[in-house]
Amino acid sequence: MAVEMLGYIEKTSPIHRLTGTTKLIGFLLFTTATMFTYDTRVLLVMGLVSIVLFRLSRIRFREVRFVLIFTALFVLINALAVYLFEPEQGVEIYGSRHVLLEGIGRFTVTAEQLFYLFNLILKYSVIVPIAVLFLVTTHPTEFASSLNRIGVPYKIAFAVSLALRYIPDVQADFRTIANAQEARGIAVSHGSLWQRARNSIQILLPLLFTSLERIETVSNAMDLRGFGAGRKRTWYNQKTMNQIDYVAISCIVLLTIFSFVVTFYDGNRFYNPF
Amino acid sequence: MKGFTTKQIVATGIGAAVFIILSRFAAIPTGVPNTSIETAYAFLAFMAVLFGPVTAGLIGLIGHGLKDAILYGSPWWSWVIVSGFVGFGIGLIANRIRLEEGGLTTRKIILFNVTQAIVQAIGWIIIAPVLDILIYSEPANKVFVQGAVAATSNILTVGVIGTLLLVTYAKTRSKAGSLKREV
Repeated sequence: MAVEMLGYIEKTSPIHRLTGTTKLIGFLLFTTATMFTYDTRVLLVMGLVSIVLFRLSRIRFREVRFVLIFTALFVLINALAVYLFEPEQGVEIYGSRHVLLEGIGRFTVTAEQLFYLFNLILKYSVIVPIAVLFLVTTHPTEFASSLNRIGVPYKIAFAVSLALRYIPDVQADFRTIANAQEARGIAVSHGSLWQRARNSIQILLPLLFTSLERIETVSNAMDLRGFGAGRKRTWYNQKTMNQIDYVAISCIVLLTIFSFVVTFYDGNRFYNPF
Repeated sequence: MKGFTTKQIVATGIGAAVFIILSRFAAIPTGVPNTSIETAYAFLAFMAVLFGPVTAGLIGLIGHGLKDAILYGSPWWSWVIVSGFVGFGIGLIANRIRLEEGGLTTRKIILFNVTQAIVQAIGWIIIAPVLDILIYSEPANKVFVQGAVAATSNILTVGVIGTLLLVTYAKTRSKAGSLKREV
């Protein structure tokens, strides 16, 4: 049960020096832009930007390789599923039909479909370097303060921070319980589907009760320290915004505006080369 | 954010952590591609009944959002929203079940299952596919089949495992008004 999860990676780079708030705003704007656009030109520009930023952060490819491979596989399977379900979706979107290969039955190969699938893959992929970057260059505690800074109520921001803080602990609990049950002959890793589903309850229940107990302990401790008494909260890890932060935010805002203008000026979010 | 108690905040945070661990390690593949028994949703439904709509909605949003980010590198927004919706929707009946007080009657179990089935059907068969079409322009038949499969598997998971969690928990609570004065 090797665990490969993304977490903060300590480095000195221009990206690491930016405040969490800047990176959060950048991440959110970038996501919004890629969510709305389907314009190939915009997607290519954004893909380029995200790769450049990735290089700037000095994060090495192999440090995050597992996630990238996982995601690439997922995106490709998804594109394949789209093709199997609707081999002519592209024809419908671009309104023309250039057959490259007749194929078997309904499984034709058209230039429009290939272009549509290319865009689909691109749309899913361009956000990945930015999201990975955001996660590995922002310290979890700074992440919570950034959420608060952009207007999320501090109680919710604190809940996010708690979640990040307790993932390793809950994982340790889960492992202890799973090992203990396996020692008793109750395994979730093999057996028939029904057997495994039934056995999973033997892990779920202890985990549930342990977690409820943990919730009790932590919330009592926080209450004793007067959490939630004030309307505002200060954050130990909050950095002050520098000039470079404002420059970065301006750039990303401009990029977002650019993407919206290019995407919608002809009234259609697809770029149609046909 | 007034009335959001410390306990609810902590339940949101730790609940989200449990949701992430369960969807990472306790999802049982069914053999159908991309479909597994997501025990995380049984847990989410339980938390919804115990802590109410706001807490469970946030567990769904934060848990699913962080899970996607940590494991895939980027959140799949359309489905993240649905997880939040499912938690919130099931949480709406928290006040009618009052799990803390024990005494989980058959009627309450039926209420729970009818609610979870309706909420999840709306979430997975309507909201998720529609968002997938709006955001990603994926073909309608693909996303609706995907949604229907997710709905079936998640409704069954919550129906069986979620109900069992509720029943077991209720047994540990002493029923309200169960004490009698000795004469």
